[in-house]
Amino acid sequence: MTAMRGKAWKFGDSISTDHIAPGRLFHLRSNLPELAKHVLEDARPEFASSMAPGDFVVGGGNFGLGSSREHAPTIIKIAGVSAVLAKSFARIFFRNCINVGLPAIICDTDKIDEGDELEVDLLKGKVVNHTKSIELSFPSLPPVMTKILQEGGLANYIHKYGDFKLE
Amino acid sequence: MGKTLAEKIISEHVDREVVAGEIVVTPVDVCLVQDGTGPLAINQLRKINLERAAIPQQTVLFIDHAAPSPRKELANDHITLRQFARKTGCCISEVGDGVCHQVINESFVRPGDIVIGADSHTCTSGALGALGTGMGSTDVAIGIALGKTWLRVPESYRFVMHGRFQPGVFAKDLILHIIGMIGADGATYKSMEFCGETIENMGMSERLTMSNMAVEAGAKCGIIFSDEKTREFLLKHGRGKSYRELRADEDATYERSFEIDASKILPTISFPHTVDNTRTIEHKDCQDVTIDQVYIGTCTNGRLEDLRIAAQILEGKKKNPDTRLIVVPASRKVYQEALEEGTLSILNQAGASIQSPGCGPCVGIHQGVLGDGEACLSTQNRNFKGRMGNPNGFIYLASPATAAVTALKGKIADPREVIR
Repeated sequence: MTAMRGKAWKFGDSISTDHIAPGRLFHLRSNLPELAKHVLEDARPEFASSMAPGDFVVGGGNFGLGSSREHAPTIIKIAGVSAVLAKSFARIFFRNCINVGLPAIICDTDKIDEGDELEVDLLKGKVVNHTKSIELSFPSLPPVMTKILQEGGLANYIHKYGDFKLE
Repeated sequence: MGKTLAEKIISEHVDREVVAGEIVVTPVDVCLVQDGTGPLAINQLRKINLERAAIPQQTVLFIDHAAPSPRKELANDHITLRQFARKTGCCISEVGDGVCHQVINESFVRPGDIVIGADSHTCTSGALGALGTGMGSTDVAIGIALGKTWLRVPESYRFVMHGRFQPGVFAKDLILHIIGMIGADGATYKSMEFCGETIENMGMSERLTMSNMAVEAGAKCGIIFSDEKTREFLLKHGRGKSYRELRADEDATYERSFEIDASKILPTISFPHTVDNTRTIEHKDCQDVTIDQVYIGTCTNGRLEDLRIAAQILEGKKKNPDTRLIVVPASRKVYQEALEEGTLSILNQAGASIQSPGCGPCVGIHQGVLGDGEACLSTQNRNFKGRMGNPNGFIYLASPATAAVTALKGKIADPREVIR
């Protein structure tokens, strides 16, 4: 999962967890595959039915603000999105992404347009925009988060190590 | 070296001196999940065969978001929570007991505690001098099972407030003003610390409103010192022995400091669809805004003091016939007191629909979902598109006083017209 390739789907600033997993679908929270059919529906209604597995969600500032609902990054992952890229993330959403094994990448998304072909290398901390022939870099995660992501999420991580390992 | 409240609380928990920026593994004192996040937390623990609780007497599963259940799927989620509570000895807060952030602070949280909750408004516990922070289901699930979590010691922003509010202005106006000033990501990852004369003078109800909304500026927590008011609050709820005084050191290091003159704050409204999209009541945009529904309640403003303010404005009057008024006490205790003293009777006679303690229509599940094109003025903490169950609805946020006077007029109105 270190190198991923797909198309960019652009979203604006301040995409909230209500855009991603709306409260009116609260009753689907224990049926995540069904909830995933509505992912990001209140931001772009056509997204779930039009995206291809491997594509990227590309947001602006403060992506994922609002509720702590982990269902939001979970259904982005279930839908087949390989990573979320944004200029900045809301705190809880960012942590939840890593906890469910969905890479959340902080980079200058103004340099990415709708439909651009992207390649992301997590190990090298690099996004290649093939459409624009440019490279963007992103900061590495704290070691504890890198390990959680490598294990595919926090539940797997704890299952394997039995505890938090900071180093 | 002096410590902020966040540094002080975390240092005590890890038995060494920590400063902002460090990553630590810390024991936790209180864990909470609710019916929207708890079932996923429990499923995660089942998946890795870790269905247990390290501190069951301090772990609470709340049935508040969809309570009483409006659908069979949600009734089944409630069964999942009850079964887990029976199996592990965790506490369950049932239908009608109230919103998690009200009940947890009435009955569980102590000054100096670390509280983790699978609900973003867990930061409400900052009002008691605790470090409360919202996390996702899996983070809290692991916290429940192991009794610990990892976190980064946050840098702190200090907000020093002086002066007294004008009549008709409340803590809700102040916190909306702050969020409008620094933006919805203005304090991302930071600890907000509220202090100064204005906060010293505030009762616990208003302090809880301040801390509740820290997450709306992106903060990890929103902490207030503990003092005599905190002690009285704990005493009232039969927990006087849990009190201890906690204040930041005078020479603590803050990344930023803000000074605010509370006497200059005006009634403030967040316009759709973001909390930081604020206007004062005197702004031209507040003229002639027709409101279809007013909601007074939630973990932000569903306390006894809030209902009293609404009752004071609505006593002997009728709400506007074209505006629905929904009232939801934040907890069973609030409901009981408001019932006994006659506050609910006043609101009922004014035309309010009074519902069972819980989150009410704030989360968009039931009890007041908006129709297409409808506008709601609510005392809740969030006005995102779709929040109240319909992406074609419009949500305005304000204080209970602004809400009550708006219910009378049917349009956004200035509470200073009736509170002098």
